[in-house]
Amino acid sequence: MTRIDTKFESLRSQGRKAFVAYIMAGDPDLETSLQVMKGLPSAGVDVIELGVPFTDPMADGPTIQLAGQRALEGGQTLEKTLQMVRRFREEDVDTPIVLMGYYNPIYNRGVETFLKDATEAGIDGLIVVDLPPEEDDELCIPAHKAGLNFIRLATPTTDDKRLPKVLENTSGFVYYVSITGITGSAAAQSTDVAPEVTRIKSQTDLPVIVGFGIRTPDAAAEIAGVADGCVVGSAIVSEIAAGKPVAQVLDFVKGLAEGAHRV
Amino acid sequence: MDDLVNSFMTGPDDKGRFGLYGGRFVSETLMPLILELEEQYEHAKTDQSFWDEMDFLWKHYVGRPSPLYHAERLSEHLGGAKIYMKRDELNHTGAHKINNVLGQIILAKRMGKDRIIAETGAGQHGVATATVCAKFGLKCVVYMGAHDVERQQPNVFRMKLLGAEVVPVTSGRGTLKDAMNDALRDWVTNVRDTFYCIGTVAGPHPYPAMVRDFQSIIGKEVREQMHEAEGRLPDTVIAAIGGGSNAMGLFHPFLDDPDVRIIGVEAGGKGVDDKMEHCASLTGGRPGVLHGNRTYLLQDDDGQILEGFSISAGLDYPGIGPEHAWLKDVGRAEYVSITDKEALEAFQLSCALEGIIPALEPSHALAHVMKIAPELPKDHVICMNMCGRGDKDIYAVAKHLGFDMG
Repeated sequence: MTRIDTKFESLRSQGRKAFVAYIMAGDPDLETSLQVMKGLPSAGVDVIELGVPFTDPMADGPTIQLAGQRALEGGQTLEKTLQMVRRFREEDVDTPIVLMGYYNPIYNRGVETFLKDATEAGIDGLIVVDLPPEEDDELCIPAHKAGLNFIRLATPTTDDKRLPKVLENTSGFVYYVSITGITGSAAAQSTDVAPEVTRIKSQTDLPVIVGFGIRTPDAAAEIAGVADGCVVGSAIVSEIAAGKPVAQVLDFVKGLAEGAHRV
Repeated sequence: MDDLVNSFMTGPDDKGRFGLYGGRFVSETLMPLILELEEQYEHAKTDQSFWDEMDFLWKHYVGRPSPLYHAERLSEHLGGAKIYMKRDELNHTGAHKINNVLGQIILAKRMGKDRIIAETGAGQHGVATATVCAKFGLKCVVYMGAHDVERQQPNVFRMKLLGAEVVPVTSGRGTLKDAMNDALRDWVTNVRDTFYCIGTVAGPHPYPAMVRDFQSIIGKEVREQMHEAEGRLPDTVIAAIGGGSNAMGLFHPFLDDPDVRIIGVEAGGKGVDDKMEHCASLTGGRPGVLHGNRTYLLQDDDGQILEGFSISAGLDYPGIGPEHAWLKDVGRAEYVSITDKEALEAFQLSCALEGIIPALEPSHALAHVMKIAPELPKDHVICMNMCGRGDKDIYAVAKHLGFDMG
């Protein structure tokens, strides 16, 4: 059982939806993003998704792209992101942390070394955008052996024929990408999302969390209402990009969390 | 060679791998599209009507076969090997790019896709794609780094004349790799009607194999033409490498002829050293994962991708086709690099001695020919791929030679 599994079990027993928040590690600098990260649990965030900056984020829209560039210009590296998690864990041993990013920085570090460092730092799960089930031998299987969750994305193009393959080695939760497109795109309608969530849930007992395009407390409530929870990324990153003080960013997050928890 | 076990021509395997390299490193949204493309391509490959259409258009629209030309004065000047040029710069649109575009667009039509997207660096692949789209009445969107849009205005205008929409890419640093990122972002958004026409032997499987198959017409023709001219195979084949499509097209039909020496020439920019002002992924990079495949990449200690640097916008890419990465590791092909300065010298020599204005890309291959030919015997036959003509490059060359074009 990872922290992710424990968290979802507890949410399920309370009949509560999950609110997942994404921030980019090192955006705009390491200390600021660590402060934001530390404030997320008390703002109502159930699971933290920590973005790992990469020069070529091919699944991300402009908001996350620029966040990654700011972080890289500020000198952020995978090593510094792991350090950030270690410092977070000095004060918080319960909130699940999922690293989200692309494969090359991990491959470059060496999969075995990375998994050892990630586990020791207190990371609970991985979302690696450019590793579909066809490449499970690369990181997914080794991550499971190391005791980490490997959270897979399911998308509107994942048809019934393909869904079992996507679910097969997924653990922690399933991240349903509500639209075909990149992060920060237009929102999906809950009426379109609901049947998709039902379709996925008919094939797995894992929680299904929906992301992409959710920007407001009402949208969070609406989407969380038809799933086990929702993810917000670009909207939070936009607040950081606007240079708002940490307290104000966290207020914004709190509003979103209340939206998701309203239902 | 009948011995398939020892063949270099059987790749990729069913995971799309050439040894360690290649693969399908894409997001889940694209995965079903790539599998569909693979299925459709496998079907087309064995369908005679597909190749009949290709052959007809290669002949009547592109102008194939391109000549194999004995560069007599150049050979004499260098005083060694007998040098042949494969004249792919004489193709319609002025480069080898159209060989591949034609194949992919015919495939797109068969798949019922009516919107074509492409990435382009110098603009040659963009022009070829816009051309074939115009011919077939398909919508065409070309992603091009904002910096390249500025320095390649003639090709931008060509694409517009041909009816394509050119999107200047400002994400990242606005270069070829960023153009490829934005093309992938477009594809992930417009999954139903859009076909992504990749310009080189890179990207997720099946692109590296498919583009190679379409470009292999170059090497197949050379085999036949060399047989006519010399009654035998060439001793050495040489081609320039950015992503590596013209080289793969020339090399592939010769992989199982152990007596044919194979040399790929990368862009050494200002020199392949730790300043990293070059695009020599094989000689100056290490394995990593980008744009759907594992291959040699220019990257820093943290696995962040570096920008390439070269006088030639067509070689300006921090990666390389995965099959080249594999051929390097198994030792079947050699990979060397040539600096901007050496390429410029070769460019001028080709103009002066042969009356052929080469593109800066094949000028790199020619520069390596100039290095090795003098030491080789007169009966040593070299074939280099003149993969593009230099009209697009005269502005850049004038600037480097201090000639004011106004």
